[in-house]
Amino acid sequence: MDGVTRIPPPGSTAPAVEAAGLVKRFGPTRALAGLDLMVPAGTVYGLLGPNGAGKTTTVRILATLLAPDAGTALVLGHDVVSEAAAVRREIALAGQSATVDDDLTGRENLVFLGRLAGLGRRAARTRAADLLAAFGLEQVAGKQIKTYSGGMRRRVDLAASLIAAVGLYFLDEPTAGLDPVSRAQVHQLIRSLAARGATVLLTTQYLEEADQLASRIAVIDHGTIVAEGTPGELKAAAGTGILRIRLADPAHRPRAVRLLAPLLGQPALAEADPVMLTAAIPAARSAQTPSEQAAEALTQLARAGIAVGEFALGQPSLDEVFIALTSNDSHRKGDS
Amino acid sequence: MTTAVPGIASPGTPDLPGLPARPRPQPPNAMTASAAFGWRALLKIKHVPEQLFDVIAIPVVFTLMFTSLLGGALAGSTRRYLQFILPGTLVMAVLLVSMYAGVGLNTDVSKGLADRFRSLPIWRAAPVTGALLGDVARYLLAAGLVTGLGLAIGFRPPGGAPGMLAGTGLLLVFALSLSWAWTTLGLVLRTPQAVMSTGTVVLFPLTLASNVFVRPQTMPGWLQAFVKINPVSHLVDAERGLLAGHPPAGQVTLVLLASAALTAVFAPLTAWLYGRHQ
Repeated sequence: MDGVTRIPPPGSTAPAVEAAGLVKRFGPTRALAGLDLMVPAGTVYGLLGPNGAGKTTTVRILATLLAPDAGTALVLGHDVVSEAAAVRREIALAGQSATVDDDLTGRENLVFLGRLAGLGRRAARTRAADLLAAFGLEQVAGKQIKTYSGGMRRRVDLAASLIAAVGLYFLDEPTAGLDPVSRAQVHQLIRSLAARGATVLLTTQYLEEADQLASRIAVIDHGTIVAEGTPGELKAAAGTGILRIRLADPAHRPRAVRLLAPLLGQPALAEADPVMLTAAIPAARSAQTPSEQAAEALTQLARAGIAVGEFALGQPSLDEVFIALTSNDSHRKGDS
Repeated sequence: MTTAVPGIASPGTPDLPGLPARPRPQPPNAMTASAAFGWRALLKIKHVPEQLFDVIAIPVVFTLMFTSLLGGALAGSTRRYLQFILPGTLVMAVLLVSMYAGVGLNTDVSKGLADRFRSLPIWRAAPVTGALLGDVARYLLAAGLVTGLGLAIGFRPPGGAPGMLAGTGLLLVFALSLSWAWTTLGLVLRTPQAVMSTGTVVLFPLTLASNVFVRPQTMPGWLQAFVKINPVSHLVDAERGLLAGHPPAGQVTLVLLASAALTAVFAPLTAWLYGRHQ
């Protein structure tokens, strides 16, 4: 397979997904601009990115729905183009890339898809009943999907992708539009799948979700991976700390912003609350530790006569990492 | 978060009913997969009967209205006119119902259901062959309803039951061949509504500017010329002959040739459009 090395690292099994140099164009737009991805088997892997970044295109290529214009991808060792049939035996797709039939009832959908998964008549009915019970859909099992709420529909969709055990689950924004209780259910489900040895490739816009579930995360923007690693590594790479300061007097804030900007090398963000200030402490700026830099910032404020009511030094949230990664022009390698 | 969720495993208990059973079953063969899609198509008739009745309403109303309103003037008596118009409205009903082949396929593609099918380890043509099974059921239902109505109000085809069976058979062959044109259209247009309206725009002139309601002899020359080449006219002539008990070999051959041509052009086109990676 040109360009893709298939030697598994010592002590681990072969990766669930190995993609190299994926390119996909839709007319003049380049949805994927040379995307590389390596998803270790048996993990929950988060694919994170803003709308239009290329998440769904990536999933569609890996699920054999779309052929890449360039590059190669192996799913559980099978090439997605030349061995598409073998790939399809090993994957399940749910979320915005797949759906269920609006005109049929929840039960009929699951029996129908059970038959397509290779279950016999009786087995398909039994499996449908199990899934309806497991997803709390027994009350509406006999109603057409078009009468379902968004959350119920999502649950049927997820249930449909769980009919048969496969090696790799593509969950394309599985919790978009779900209420917190349904979202918690889906999160438990994803953890359980991974606990049984399956691989879950989860695309999401919710950073908190990726942070909670994924053991590794790839941030995708403009069709390429702009960062990859464990949630902790990503946070560390974006900045070693976030300094949050509450000023005693809101009138001091403009002066404090000016003062902190050169010191910390990044603009201090003025938040909606007029007394709050947030500054990211850059990772590799000097030999100083984050706490030393924070102390220096506070000293400077005190010297300037700006009273500080409260301050805190913490890790950046994944949201802040995400915004830093996807809004920074130096990371853009897309169309030129 | 440790909310107890009935049936869905929490991190420590990975083997509750929501999770997939092991081992994974063998993928279904082509027949089983097609049958599953056929079953789905039949369920759709059950759940969305209006798809059938909305379009049959027009030929039914035309049959009743034209027979009582114009029958005496056009054919001497309403009963004689009914013998003339019913084979025509029968054709009209089944052809109008055939549009739903394209509407259904377009719905699957535009809603993302086709993506789920494409990601399954099944015979790639199964969604289409299965849908054809459902189409056959809908065409038979439509033909049965219009014929039944005709018989109830005095339609007495001299060809009897064999004539009706042969007529329905030929109509089925043509409608299924025409379905490929609708499925092609369904894969080209964006929304199910667009398929429906384009289909209507094509079918209404074809069925109205034909010999369904009156003989073309009294029409202006240019219209006669169109009626003569209109395939619907040939189909209606063939149906009239079959129902009357003296099958017109020439017309039946023409209809079969037209069916073969429609299938030869649009079936591969449908397959190519459906299988194509966007």
